This record gives sequence, C-alpha cells and structure tokens, in this order.
Amino acid sequence: MRRRMLIAGAALLALPPASARATKPEVAAAIRALTGGAPLRQGRIKLDIPLLVENGNAVALSVTVPEAPPEAARIRSIHIFAESNPNPNVINAFFGPRSGRPGLSTRIRLATSQTMIAVAACADGSFWTDSVELLVTLAACLDEV
Amino acid sequence: MRAAALPVLVLVLLLHALPAAAQKRSGYQDAGPQVRAMQDDDAANPGFLWVEQGRAAWQASPPGGPACAACHGEIAAMRGVAARYPAFDPARGVALDLTRRINICRTERQSARPLASEANEMLALTAAIGVESRGMSHRIATDGAMAAVIARGAALFNTRLGQLNLSCAQCHEERAGARLGGAVIPEGHANAYPEYRLEWQTLGSLPRRIRACLTGVRAEPWPAEAPEMLALEAYLAARGEGLAIETPGVRP
Amino acid sequence: MARPLVSIPKSVRRGDIFDIRILIAHPMESGQRRDDSGRAIPREIINRFICTYGGEEVFRAEFFPAIAANPFLTFSVRAVETGMIVMTWTDDLGASQFESAEIIVT
Repeated sequence: MRRRMLIAGAALLALPPASARATKPEVAAAIRALTGGAPLRQGRIKLDIPLLVENGNAVALSVTVPEAPPEAARIRSIHIFAESNPNPNVINAFFGPRSGRPGLSTRIRLATSQTMIAVAACADGSFWTDSVELLVTLAACLDEV
Repeated sequence: MRAAALPVLVLVLLLHALPAAAQKRSGYQDAGPQVRAMQDDDAANPGFLWVEQGRAAWQASPPGGPACAACHGEIAAMRGVAARYPAFDPARGVALDLTRRINICRTERQSARPLASEANEMLALTAAIGVESRGMSHRIATDGAMAAVIARGAALFNTRLGQLNLSCAQCHEERAGARLGGAVIPEGHANAYPEYRLEWQTLGSLPRRIRACLTGVRAEPWPAEAPEMLALEAYLAARGEGLAIETPGVRP
Repeated sequence: MARPLVSIPKSVRRGDIFDIRILIAHPMESGQRRDDSGRAIPREIINRFICTYGGEEVFRAEFFPAIAANPFLTFSVRAVETGMIVMTWTDDLGASQFESAEIIVT
C-alpha cells in the first residue's frame, strides 16, 4: 500500500453494547475446541488492555490472576482471541508447575475495533473467561505500510 | 550589511521567536500512556534491541579496518556527541549528522562501505551513540558555519510544499497540540531519534520521519543524503534546543 | 534471528516468584500484507517460545501473527533451586534462537 494521509476521523467505529453481541462463530468454535463444551465461567482471570488504542500495531495486553486458585485447580493455560483480526488466535500460553503467578504480558496487533477474549483452562477441568471491547483509532499520518 | 551576516540575523530572529526550552513539548508528552510506558522502561523499549546491536558493532572490527572502539575507546566516551549533532566539520567544509559522520569513519578509517541511513547496522550505531547522551540537553552550535545551514533549514521549515501546499510550520507550530484524525499533532522535535515508531514497527531515523511528512503533504521527498534534509535536521535541533535527548524514543 | 534482550534477576530467595521479561528482534511478518506490486508477502513469524528451568518446562507459548513485531513477553517463575534458565524462540522456517542465564537461589 502507498503512503497516505487520513485527515478525517480515521477508524472510530461504534460498537453495539456487549449484551447485544454474540461471539463470532469462528472464535466460538475455537473456544469450544478448547473446552470440549464445558461451561465458561466469568472470573479468576483479568484481561487488561486499553479501551482506546491509538495504534493497532503494538497494543500492550496482560492477563493476570488476582487470586491464585488452589493447586488442584491451578491455571494450566491461557488463550487469547481477537474476534475481528484476520486470524483471531493471538497467543496460547502454557504454565508448568514451576511457573510463578500464572499470567503474561505481551504486545499485540489489532486490525480494528473489536472484542478481545481470554480463556483460562484450570487443572480441575474448569474454564474461566474475561473479555474487553475496545476501539482502535488510526494514526493520522502514515508512512509506508 | 555583509551578505554572510543575513542568514545569521534571520536565524537569530527565528530562534528568538520560539518558546523557551521549558515550554517546548517533546513528542513524548503528546504520546499516550502506553507509548510513554514503553519508552520509560528499557526492558520493554524495542529500541534497545538496536542499542545492544550497536554496542556490539562498536567493538567489532570490520574486515578491512579497526573497530570504532579502537580509535574512540569505550562507547561511553560518546556521551554528549549526539547532543551536539548536526555539527560542522571544518576539515571538509560541510555540516554532518551522526549518520554522515559514521559513514565518513567507515569509508576513511575502516575500509568499510557506507551504510544507508535506514540500514539496521546504521540505526544500531546511531542508537547506541545516541543513548549515551540520554537526558542531556540537545544543544548544537548555531554560530559560525552552522548559522547558514540552520537558516536554510528554517526557510525550508516555513516553505509551503506539495500538492497540499503545507509548510512544516503550519502543522507543527501553528497547529501543534490540535488533532489530526485521532492523533495529537506534536511540535515536531528531533530529540528522540533514532526512534521506535509503532507505525513503522521498527527503529527509524529523523530523515525517514521527514520523508513521511513530505509524502503526507504530497511533495517529492528529499533523499536522506540531500543537503535540504541535513539543513532541516540542523534547524530542528536548534529549534528544539534544551530538550532532553530521549534516544531511543518510542512514538505512535 | 537476532540476539534477544532478557531481563532476569541474578539471584532470588527460595520460594520467591520472579519475572522474566524478553524482547527479540523479529519483523513478525503477518502474511496479511502485500508488496508494492500487489503480491502477498508470505507469513514469517516466531511461532513458538519455550522457557525451561533446571531442565523442566516452566512456560511455553504459541505465537500467532497478531503478536507485534519484535515480540515482547513477560511471565513469572517460582525460585526452587539454583539452575539454568534456558529460553528458545523458533520461527516458521524452523530456525531457533537460544538464550540462557543462571539464576542463583539463596
């Protein structure tokens, strides 16, 4: 793509409220493959990502576990999905017994405004989730893409 | 009045019209909290990948000549250098930025080929040298032969260019702090280069950033080697006098 | 692949949890971009990272193209015994980059 200058309001997209939205089929299928159909519960993990992203090329994301579950229910893996990216998978992280706090921080790419979903798989067979809806704006003056 | 005094006078007037250092805003202040956090933490700042590469290159001997360290000693001896560049080289009778200075060392002392301004090894060296001046005030010589170079840069800064017919000053002075799309228009200072721009997803030089502005206003961009580019680099440094060096900065 | 930057404490107390922070130079070419003539630029990313501690896997990650260029990652490890922390990044071409550090547990 050639360089371009976007004078007007870039890509501020209005999102419907979370209650009105359903998880996209592709992401829902990926999560089902992970959980084997077990229920997804809210809690245990917290997904932190800015609600307003000024540049989708590198967005700080972290998943934390405010209260570590008992050893029998320790978090084995955390999976992040970006619903409206060309490929919704972002990262799968696996924690061995010697890992400290389960959780991670990284920087990710976001193609557009969308919902981010984190899913944690626990050793007791339970699955926990958290999600964040965010807005991505574009920088005004862009160099070569 | 002698002809040579004119650019100096113009320059003195221009620089005095600018706000004092305390009132100048580094682009850091206009970046969002995430970008600032990336720059604040060396372990999270991707620019340090280049700094480390540059420190290694400083010690390494190229095939045909001595390492940078063989002449200059430890890279810590470069403290203050980036803060006073661009500078005039009396032996050659030209002004140099760090990229040009390094390429002169390469071709004349190291029997090495010159590097392009956006070559990773060049960015690595300018980042490693630049970080030694971090926190120091950017303060280049503005008298003597540099006065004419800076005056030329000042004239370019205020010249309308391109199909959009905009000068640097129309965005980065008259409209600095306003918004273009979702982004704040910064004052356009040169105190953090080479810098890691999220937009580029890599480290880049000030000439690269200037070229992006030029293509943005639909002007024919000068190559990195053009004297216009160096004049603008020198003017930006003089205009930002007193701002702390932030190399390697992080910007959106 | 280029050498990574790794932040890791030199020594920690037994039982403490410490953070490891890593940065590695890599364009993480997503496979979604096109060059000036319209041809797709093939995907070429680091797709795998593993950290072992005393030979045992403590953390592993699968990266997708949504991981930003020059991947940055923070995770934590529990100090058990003095030993080697070994980190391995592997890309789509199968090339690997290793980095290791000794952690002293007191």
